[in-house]
Amino acid sequence: MKLITAIIKPEKLHSVKEALLEAGIAKMTVQNVIGAGQQGGYQESYRGSILEVNLRKKTQIEIAVNEDFVDATTDAIIKGARTGKIGDGKIFVRELNDCIRIRTGERGPDAVG
Amino acid sequence: MISSRFLLSSAVLAGAAFSQDSVAVDIAAQKVAALQAQVDSLAKTIASTQETASFGLFTANNTWMLVATALVFIMHLGFSMIEVGLTRAKNTVNILFKNVAIVAIGTITYAVIGFNLMYPGDNWIIVGWLSEFIPGISSPEGAAGGIEYADGAYTYWTDFIFQGMFAATAATIVSGAVAERIKLGPFLVFSTVFVGLIYPILGAWHWGGGWAKQAGFHDFAGSTLVHSVGGWGALAGAMLLGPRFGKYLKGEMRPIIGHSMPLATVGMFLLWFGWFGFNGGSVLSGDPASVSLVFVTTMLGACAGAIAAMIVSWLTSKVPDLSMVLNGVLAGLVGITAGADVITPSEAIIIGGISGVLVYFSVVIFDKIKIDDPVGAISVHLVCGIWATLATGIFGEGIDFFIQLKVVVAYFAVCFPAALSLFYILKITTGIRVSVEEELEGLDLREHKAEAYGGFQIFN
Repeated sequence: MKLITAIIKPEKLHSVKEALLEAGIAKMTVQNVIGAGQQGGYQESYRGSILEVNLRKKTQIEIAVNEDFVDATTDAIIKGARTGKIGDGKIFVRELNDCIRIRTGERGPDAVG
Repeated sequence: MISSRFLLSSAVLAGAAFSQDSVAVDIAAQKVAALQAQVDSLAKTIASTQETASFGLFTANNTWMLVATALVFIMHLGFSMIEVGLTRAKNTVNILFKNVAIVAIGTITYAVIGFNLMYPGDNWIIVGWLSEFIPGISSPEGAAGGIEYADGAYTYWTDFIFQGMFAATAATIVSGAVAERIKLGPFLVFSTVFVGLIYPILGAWHWGGGWAKQAGFHDFAGSTLVHSVGGWGALAGAMLLGPRFGKYLKGEMRPIIGHSMPLATVGMFLLWFGWFGFNGGSVLSGDPASVSLVFVTTMLGACAGAIAAMIVSWLTSKVPDLSMVLNGVLAGLVGITAGADVITPSEAIIIGGISGVLVYFSVVIFDKIKIDDPVGAISVHLVCGIWATLATGIFGEGIDFFIQLKVVVAYFAVCFPAALSLFYILKITTGIRVSVEEELEGLDLREHKAEAYGGFQIFN
């Protein structure tokens, strides 16, 4: 079992979701996050002064998958999120020790299902 | 009437004289009497029609003055929204609380003491400078609904409520400049004294018939009496409080961004809307020529202020800055307020335009010298209030520039030290600033144990 965490451009959420659905992946958790990467920050102007903003608005997607779905998932995320410019984001793949479905009490790969 | 009776009698008698007949003379005399009765009855009708007509005019005048009063009232919502919009979400309850309290406190103190202080009539302690303290409001006998009180322009009660609506405005101006860091209690004490004593005593100098009025000073709707007075209070408060935590770090200025531009814009439009009452009502009657000219100059001044601020911010900071344009509109409005009744529409555009330029650079300069004014109240109300008063001396026909200047300096010399010492006394007794922890957490949770946006998660 793996936990896939992808940080993408907020405006790419729609195309990533579509690519995931095409690959048969519909379960996910999405949240708005702020952070800094290679892209760096940006400037805002307010009442004649410049404000340096170093944390950009990004969207984070988390998906728990069984081993046979890891490549399909990461490929779909890349397909939906890539523009080829700095700021497209990153994908982290981590080992997932356990998973429990609250309703039934199932554990492990069956619960990830 | 006497002359018509004389003409009539002599004409009929002249006719009788030709007939040389005494019977004819009698008949003629009867005719004279009958005609005379008709003339008398007509005269009565005319007099009563005139009375009805003037009562109608009185009603129209008074109705306009009450509409204008209600327009000025809604400006308090405008002030609240612009202050809320240009500050952070964590201080919203506190700001709304201050603005509501000021209207209530301001109107009550004006009824208790302010109105009589500001309009003393013949009751002066020092003639032209310091009016007598006469508590309470009561209509002069027979004048409550009476046409005599102001020559048919408005009633005593209208006079009080219109002027009372102005009074609270002066304290509301201060509120914006001291936002996000002042303690609520001391601020309310300041507002009470400011509206109850300082504003009306200074107002009596001009609107109460005092020395400035006698000198030929012209301040139509209060660029000096209301806006500069509020502005001096705002400057005193912002100076003694110091900047908000986080505005200047490591010697650098970091703008603290307001949390709602839609609310700030709603506030600006409400102020603009209310200004038609502020200036239009300051005609102090429904006089068609004057009220309509004032509407035009007020509108053009505001528009010119907006466009000037837009151009300057676009050229200088390379971005069209919305909050600066909001300030530009208000700057144009303050700029036009002193002379709205005596300048031409094209002069209104020039004055409003200069106000829009002034407000931009003033905001930038106050930021540079570390006087932190979250909403730009000092720039809008004080800087443009002074400009407005001087501009009236430049453009207004028959208005002496040097008298305008002299009165501006006099208001500075008394109002600023008065506001400064009032804030200083509060500072050394109760303290005027919240703790750093409270400022960071927000005044809403610490002072009010409440949130403005319950159920929303807010990032500061």
